[in-house]
Amino acid sequence: MLVAILAHFALAAVLPLVARRYGRAAFVVGALAPAATLVYALARGGEAVSGAPPLETLAWAPVIGLEFTARFDELALLLILLVSGIGAVVLCYYSRYAKPDDHRTAARDSALLVTFAGAMLGLVLADDVISLYLFWELTTVCSFLLVGGDGVAKRLRTSATQALLVTTLGGLAMLLGLILLGTAAGTMRISEILADPPSGGIVTAALLLVLLGALTKSAQVPFHPWLPSAMVAPTPVSAYLHAAAMVKAGVYLVARFSPAFADHPAWWIPIVVCGLWTMLLGGFRALRQYDLKTLLAYGTISQLGFLMVMLGAGTWMSALAAGTLILAHGLFKSALFLTVGIIDKRAGTRDIRELSGLGRQWRGLTTLATFALMSMAGLPPLLGFIGKEVALEALFEGGTVDRLIGVGVAVGSVLTVVYSLRFLRGAFGTKPDMAPSAPVPCGRVMTGMVAVPSLAGLVLALAPSVIEPVETGYADRYGKDPGYHLALWHGITPALMISVGIIAAGVAVHRYAGVQRLGGYVPGPLRAQSWYGRSVEGLESLARGVTGRLQVGSLPVYLGVILTTLVVVPGAGLFSGDIDFGELRLFDNWLQVPLALLVLVAAATSLLARRRLTAVLLAGVVGYGIGAWFVVDGGADLALAQFLVETLTLVVFVFVIRRFPPRFIENKAYVGGRWVKAVIAGVAGTFVAVLAVLYSGYRGGIPEASRQYIERAEDETGATNVVNAIIVDFRAFDTIGEITVLAVAATGVASLILARSRRRNGTVGRPEPTEQDATDDTGTTETPEVRS
Amino acid sequence: MTDRPDDPRESVPWTEWDTPRERWLMTEQDAYSWPRSLLLEVIARVLFPTVLVFSVYLLLAGHNNAGGGFSGGLVAALAFVLRYVAGGSAELAMMVRVRPPVVIGSGLAIAVLTALAPVVFGDPVLASGIWKLQLPVLGELKITSNLLLDLGVYLLIIGVVVDLLRTIGAGTEVGGPGVDDEQLEEERG
Repeated sequence: MLVAILAHFALAAVLPLVARRYGRAAFVVGALAPAATLVYALARGGEAVSGAPPLETLAWAPVIGLEFTARFDELALLLILLVSGIGAVVLCYYSRYAKPDDHRTAARDSALLVTFAGAMLGLVLADDVISLYLFWELTTVCSFLLVGGDGVAKRLRTSATQALLVTTLGGLAMLLGLILLGTAAGTMRISEILADPPSGGIVTAALLLVLLGALTKSAQVPFHPWLPSAMVAPTPVSAYLHAAAMVKAGVYLVARFSPAFADHPAWWIPIVVCGLWTMLLGGFRALRQYDLKTLLAYGTISQLGFLMVMLGAGTWMSALAAGTLILAHGLFKSALFLTVGIIDKRAGTRDIRELSGLGRQWRGLTTLATFALMSMAGLPPLLGFIGKEVALEALFEGGTVDRLIGVGVAVGSVLTVVYSLRFLRGAFGTKPDMAPSAPVPCGRVMTGMVAVPSLAGLVLALAPSVIEPVETGYADRYGKDPGYHLALWHGITPALMISVGIIAAGVAVHRYAGVQRLGGYVPGPLRAQSWYGRSVEGLESLARGVTGRLQVGSLPVYLGVILTTLVVVPGAGLFSGDIDFGELRLFDNWLQVPLALLVLVAAATSLLARRRLTAVLLAGVVGYGIGAWFVVDGGADLALAQFLVETLTLVVFVFVIRRFPPRFIENKAYVGGRWVKAVIAGVAGTFVAVLAVLYSGYRGGIPEASRQYIERAEDETGATNVVNAIIVDFRAFDTIGEITVLAVAATGVASLILARSRRRNGTVGRPEPTEQDATDDTGTTETPEVRS
Repeated sequence: MTDRPDDPRESVPWTEWDTPRERWLMTEQDAYSWPRSLLLEVIARVLFPTVLVFSVYLLLAGHNNAGGGFSGGLVAALAFVLRYVAGGSAELAMMVRVRPPVVIGSGLAIAVLTALAPVVFGDPVLASGIWKLQLPVLGELKITSNLLLDLGVYLLIIGVVVDLLRTIGAGTEVGGPGVDDEQLEEERG
C-alpha cells in the first residue's frame, strides 16, 4: 500500500515532462496510478475485510517515535474505491476535456490531480495522526492550486484563497485536536486511540477541534460557501475534488473516529446539528440555481450534510447507511459533474435558461445522467435508493431523537428530489418557448467515462452482496449485526412508505413552480459568504492596525521600546531575589585605571559633541578602550575581534553620516521628547552597568562547561586555542546558525538599499547591466544590480 | 584595466610580459567626484596584499593562537574597506571581480557541507576529524576538518562586508545611484 502512495507521487513528478511532449495524453498516463491502485486494492480486498487488516510501517524519524503506518481496513477500502476508481475515470475524461494544444495546463493539472489522488490515498490509509494531518493538508494545497489554475483571473484567485483559508483554518484546529487526543491516549496510532478511547475534559476540546477540521473540509454550515465558489475550477477537477474525493475527507475523518466517540455529546451533537442544517440549506439553495454546476455544488453540500448526520447517529444501521451512501454519492455525483462538463464543453453553456432539447440529441448521455439523478433522488433500482432505505430504516426505528432527525432527513430528501428534477428538466428538457440547441456530438470517450460511475450505481444496486462485506465490516464497529442485508426489496416497510412519500412530495413541489421561485432565498445578513468576507476584512484591518502601531518607522521609538523591555523584564526579576554584589575590588591591574578613565571621558564627551562625526569617533574610542581592556585581561581573541568589529563599525558609521547634516539638529520645540530619551538611555545604561557588576559577583570560579571545554579541546578537536575550538567544534552548530543569519541579513540590507535606489532613479524594469558593464571601471558599477 | 588586451590569452611578446596588465592607479579621467588623496591610495595599494596574507595567517593560526575564520575574514574585509576608503566604489569594482553574494553563498555552502560531510562516513553531523601528516622538510602538519568550517566563515565574512560596502557605500556616495546630489548638498547645508 505504501508503494501505491509513492507511485502516485513519482508518477506526478514525471507527468509534466510527458505533458510537455504529448500534451493532454499525460492525463491517460496519470490515470495508470489510480487504476493500478484500484486493481491492487480489489485484489487484496479479502484481507481488508478479514478483521485483521494488513499493516505496513515505514520508520520516518524513529528517534522521536515518528513513523508512517498504512492500515488497509474496510473503511480505507471503501474510500479507495472512490478515490482511485473515480480518480482514474476523471483523469481519462480530462484527457478529452482539456484543450489539445494547451500543454501548460495539461502539465499542471495532470501532475496535481495525480498528487492529489496520492494524498487522498495516503489520507485514508494513514494510521497515525501526524501523517494523517500531512496528507490532509496536501489535499488542501492541491485543491488550492487546482482551483487557482493559472491564477490570471481574479475570480480564480479569490475562490482558491477562500478554499485554502477556510480548510486550513479547520486543518490547523484538527492538528491541535489530534495531538491533544494522541497525548490523552498516550499513542499517536489512530487504531490504538480508537481501540481504547480516552476521556476527560481535554478529550472534549480535542473532539471539537477535530470536528472543526472535518466540518470545514466537508463544507458544512457555516463554512460551506467555499465549495460553490470553487466551482470556477475546470469541471473534471470539480468532479473529483468537490464531489468524490476532497470533500469526502471530512466525512472520512468523522467516519474514522465515530465508532469510538459516537456516544460523546461533544461529537455527535455538533455533527448532527450541522449536518441537518447543511442538508436542508444546501437543498434549499440548490432550488434557485441556474448554473448546473452550482446547482450540483449545493446538492453536494446537502448530501455531505446527510452523510454527516448518518455518521453522527452512530448505530449499526446508520453506519451501514453512511457507508453505502458514501459510495453511492461518489458514483452519482461524479457522473453528474462529468455530464455537466460535456454540456458545458459541447453546448457552450451550462445555464439552464439557455439549454433546450439536449435530451433528444444525446439519448445515451441523457439515460446515463438519469440513472445518476435517480440514484441521487433515491429511486429504485439504484444504489442511492438502497442507501436511503437503510438510512430511513435506521432513523425511524430508533428513539425520539432519531425520529426527529429522521424527519429532518426526510425533508432534506424531498428537496433532493426537487433539485434532481430541476437538473433533469433544466439540462435535458425541451423548453416550449426556446429553440432547441444546435446539434453537436457529445463525444464518445467522455460519455463512456460518464457511463462507468453511472452504471456502477445500477450494477451494485442489483448485486449489493458485492459491497456488503465492506459496508457491514465497517458497521460492525458500532455494535452487533442485527441481521440486515442490503437489498432493493425488503417488502412493504415503513421506510419504503416514507420513500414513496418523499418522492411524491418532491414531484409535487417541482410541479408547483411558485414554491421553487421562493426557494433558495436567504436574507442578506444570514449569508455565510458575507460573513467570510467580513472575517477576512476584519483580520486584514487588525493586521494593518497592529503593524501601523508597532512599525512606526522611527528609530528612537524602536530603540526606546527595546531598551525599556531590557530594563523592565530582567529588572522585575531583580526585585524577587536577594542581591549580592560579591566582593568588589577597584581594579585587578593598574593598567585598567587609565583605560577606564579613557572610556569614561570619551563616553561623557560624546554627549557634549555637536558634530556627528565627533560623536561617532568618540563612540569608537569607547570601543577601542574596551578592546584594550580585553588585552590587559588576557583575552587576545576577544580583543582582536573587538578591534576589528569596532573599525568596521566606524567605517560604516562614517559612510552613513555622509548623508546626514554635519551637526546634530537642535529643535527647541522638542525638549520634552529629549527628556524622555535621556531618561530611557540613562536608566538603561545604569541598569546594564549594575547587571554587569551583579553577574561578575555571582561567578565563583570557572563554570563546569568552560572547564570541560578547556580539558577536552586538545584531545577532541586538536586545538590549543579553546576559543576557536568552541567556535568551530563544540558549538559549531551555533556558528553555522550565526553565519546563516549574517548571510540573510546582509542580503536583506543590500536588497533594501538597492531597491530604494532603483525606485528613486525610476529605473524599474531597466534591463539588467551586463557583466561587461559591471566590471567596467568607468563608474557603471554603481548601477544597481537586480538581485534575486 | 583599460590597457589590458581584449583577449587575455593573446600571446604577448616576451619583452613585454612584465608590463602591468592594468594601470596601477586610476587617472584623473576616471570617475571621481571628490578630491583624491594620492598618498592614501598608494598606501592602500601597497598594504592590500600584505593585509590579505596576514588574514590568511590568522585563519590558519586560529587553531592554536589568536585568530580564526571570523578574525581573519574581518581583517581581509578591512583590506577591501581600506581600498574603498581610498578610491571609492570604482576602486572597489576594479579589484572585486566576483559578485559578493557569490562569495557569501560559497562560504555558507562550504560551512554547511563540512557540517554534513561526516554523515556520509556514518558519524554524527559536525563530527570533526584530525589528520597528522609527516612532511619531509616542514615536519609534522596537523590538519583538522574544522579548518574548512573556518574557511566558510572567513569567506562569508569577506562577502558580507564587501556586499555592504558595495550597497551602503554606493547608496550614500556623491554621484551614486539613487543619491540626489542636490538634495544631499541641501541637507549638508
